[in-house]
Amino acid sequence: MPNTFSLIASSTVGAGGAASIDFTSIPSTYTDLNLVFSLRSSQAAASENIYVTFNGSTANFTARWFYGDGSAIGNSTTGRLIGFGTAANNTANTFGTTSLYIPNYAGSTNKSYSSDTVTENNATLAYTGLIAGLWSNTAAITSISIVPQTAPLFVQYSTAYLYGVKNA
Amino acid sequence: MPAGSTYSTIATTTLGSNQSIVTFSSIPGTYTDLVLITNAATTVANKDVYMHFNSDSGSNYSRTVLYGNGSSAASDRAANVSFGWIDYLGWTGTTLGTQVCVVNIMNYSNSTTNKTFLSRANNAASAVDANVGMWRNTAAINRIDIGATTSGIFITGSTFTLYGITAA
Repeated sequence: MPNTFSLIASSTVGAGGAASIDFTSIPSTYTDLNLVFSLRSSQAAASENIYVTFNGSTANFTARWFYGDGSAIGNSTTGRLIGFGTAANNTANTFGTTSLYIPNYAGSTNKSYSSDTVTENNATLAYTGLIAGLWSNTAAITSISIVPQTAPLFVQYSTAYLYGVKNA
Repeated sequence: MPAGSTYSTIATTTLGSNQSIVTFSSIPGTYTDLVLITNAATTVANKDVYMHFNSDSGSNYSRTVLYGNGSSAASDRAANVSFGWIDYLGWTGTTLGTQVCVVNIMNYSNSTTNKTFLSRANNAASAVDANVGMWRNTAAINRIDIGATTSGIFITGSTFTLYGITAA
């Protein structure tokens, strides 16, 4: 049976924290990518927005997304956001989880993606969100960086796993 | 998270010409769940992508959707409809790479329960959807026809892949 779903690379943040998590030299031999990450930032806040960079580019991202925080729904079209992490004001040792799916990442069309994201917190406020994103660029994606929005660090034990999905 | 040989490609197609219906037939009953990935566009924008199981176009489908367009979010419900919606407002575009849909069809091969599915549809120019659907039929799913509403036509280069997930 073919190995359809394969780990390309993974990253676990060490004791000093990390300003970003980067996957480089992504092979073009898969059909789709699935990036799964569990992140917490050092920012003194209730959550952290997680942004993406493809091939070092921060331009030409668009999105439609909404989220619930336990009492209300918020909406946005802010591009580059692919998920939420927990932050320093959340319950200790709790991380936000996101699954980002990118079909045809090595093709010659613009790159659309789908993301599901949650945080958890032993308090009244936590987040769940759905994100539709588009990077209007026809280049094959060869590198992905994920960064916190407000320049804190991802804390120790944050993880990210990049899988390749192969349809043949 | 799937790993290794538990996640297998059943069939995949990249359209070589415009096509109104994409069919996966003779789906083996040897998996536990199905995953369908579509990265499609249509000749006319804003089409809904839908499924028929086992060629059933009767009023045997229902769905509940949660959706957001970047400025508001809402829910909608439909029962006794003649197809299984994959998207709601996360419509198709006319450019390849605009829309991505991820569909999970659970326990598709048993002959004792009605069939349910979850779909996430994404178009960064229109909306993001989370949809739960049901087909009121206990038959094992052995065929899926994918179409676009109101005589929509998928364009050349649209991709459709069906994966099987094995629990054991």
